[in-house]
Amino acid sequence: MIIKQVSVFLENKSGRLNEVTKILGEAGVNISAFTIADTSDFGILRMIVSDADKACSALKEKSFSVQTTDVVLAKTPNKAGSLSKLLEVLQQEEVFIEYMYAFSMKDEGAVTVIRPTRVERCLEMMQKHKTELLGTDELYQL
Amino acid sequence: MIWNEKIECASRDEMAAVQSERLIQTVQRIYHNIPSYRAKMQEVGLLPGDIKSIEDLKNLPFTNKTDLRDNYPFGMFTVPMSEIVRVHASSGTTGKPTVVGYTRNDLNMWAEVVTRTLCMAGVSRDDIVQIAYGYGLFTGGLGMHYGTENLGATVIPISGGNTQKQIQLMQDFGTSVIACTPSYALFLSEVMADMGIAPEDLNLRVGIFGAEPWSEGMRKEIEAKLKLKAIDIYGLSEVIGPGVSCECEHQVGMHINEDHFIPEIINPDTHEPVEPGQVGELVFSTVTKEGIPILRYRTRDLTRLIYDKCECGRTLVRMEKCKGRSDDMLIIRGVNVFPSQIETVLLEMSETEPHYLLIVERQGTLDVLKLMVEVQEQFFSDEIRVLEKLKKKITHNLQSMLGISVDVKLVEPKTIERTAGKSKRVIDNRKI
Repeated sequence: MIIKQVSVFLENKSGRLNEVTKILGEAGVNISAFTIADTSDFGILRMIVSDADKACSALKEKSFSVQTTDVVLAKTPNKAGSLSKLLEVLQQEEVFIEYMYAFSMKDEGAVTVIRPTRVERCLEMMQKHKTELLGTDELYQL
Repeated sequence: MIWNEKIECASRDEMAAVQSERLIQTVQRIYHNIPSYRAKMQEVGLLPGDIKSIEDLKNLPFTNKTDLRDNYPFGMFTVPMSEIVRVHASSGTTGKPTVVGYTRNDLNMWAEVVTRTLCMAGVSRDDIVQIAYGYGLFTGGLGMHYGTENLGATVIPISGGNTQKQIQLMQDFGTSVIACTPSYALFLSEVMADMGIAPEDLNLRVGIFGAEPWSEGMRKEIEAKLKLKAIDIYGLSEVIGPGVSCECEHQVGMHINEDHFIPEIINPDTHEPVEPGQVGELVFSTVTKEGIPILRYRTRDLTRLIYDKCECGRTLVRMEKCKGRSDDMLIIRGVNVFPSQIETVLLEMSETEPHYLLIVERQGTLDVLKLMVEVQEQFFSDEIRVLEKLKKKITHNLQSMLGISVDVKLVEPKTIERTAGKSKRVIDNRKI
């Protein structure tokens, strides 16, 4: 299934990330995964959160530039070679990736957040190859 | 030496007589050749015959930079193009440049007034003059060039930039006079120091600096660092280019070549003439130009006029160093920049008006333009390369519109301070 990732524009100056996490904390939004893409003067914070709509409205209210992006969450076993297997499938089916980030837990396996150029096709191909996909609900059961 | 003693030292009455006669002719020519100005005169019920002397000048309508833009490119010329032998242009407020045209006589007159200013600065035919103003559409380079040739001095037409070569030629050719912007003069001194060349190794004795505002403090700094006399020159393309006015060796205000360009000082709000000696906006009427004569052109420069006789013997009225502008134009490295130009570039790139802040700083000796643009919804993308591309595009479009580089920085929304709902557009941190 397609997951809404929340992206926030951040200036490269002290306290900005904390400001975002504070707003989300006060809004009762939980962050399960995030990454920051940075350049010399700005960054983009990308997050998978418990409630994307709530996160967006809370941040917009505080004047942040926010956007949601469709991503796919793939679950793989927490053992050597499993990410390679996943990528093998995507390469074979010509699914191109804009960016990705991941986190893993000891027993529950690893989760990879993927932003493909074509989300629908990525989903279709993963289903075809029986890759395990996660929704936010399942993410919270990990 | 005084180049044209008869006119430069004329009595007030003699000058007024020359100005009046020429003004009457110019009003006739403009009325009959420029429909837009004729309409302005008709609007206030003026006929050319109503202008009988310079006393009547104050009744004539003004000409604004927008008039030149509205008649782009050649609509304000009063002669057929076959009579025009050269055009120059300066940056306008919305991307279209302000175009001016010169007849053969205009070029001769221009050379004459520049020659006078060189003499005021103490330059003679024995000097070697390095012209480091840009040659091209900008009036600085070519304007100084022909005036210097007319004087009979030796010209090094090096144009702007190429700093190390500038210094090498100064050393090899024995340059005695340098003409450039004051900020470039300071930059030259820095590069000289880096190259291990002391001012004593050179033959410089006079610098003719203009095209941007500079302070007395900067003058002292330039004079100390380059070991020369720093002379202020003033001009604008709408009037002629460099040579409208210039300081003499006494450095007590710039003598205006007022037999060609009649100055007035007005209150920029009421448009009425100010009391003699008061500061206000400088207005020029050209009374000998053929290509594009202009009546009561509002320069937007704030200054005052001094009518006392100068120690140099000239009676030509003097204007003080400009004290600022009555509009929001900035002069960055000799280039005119209007905030509205930046707005135009940003508007072309998005649906809604972006919030921006322009910061001007003097880093070392050079003016730097920084532009902060708020990344609002319409600009924001989740992908770094899209944002980087946007930044590059803004930088590139500004560069091609303004002709100077701008350091663009993307910032978060609402980080630019709003004053009464509208954001403050420009911060000038230069201490000029």
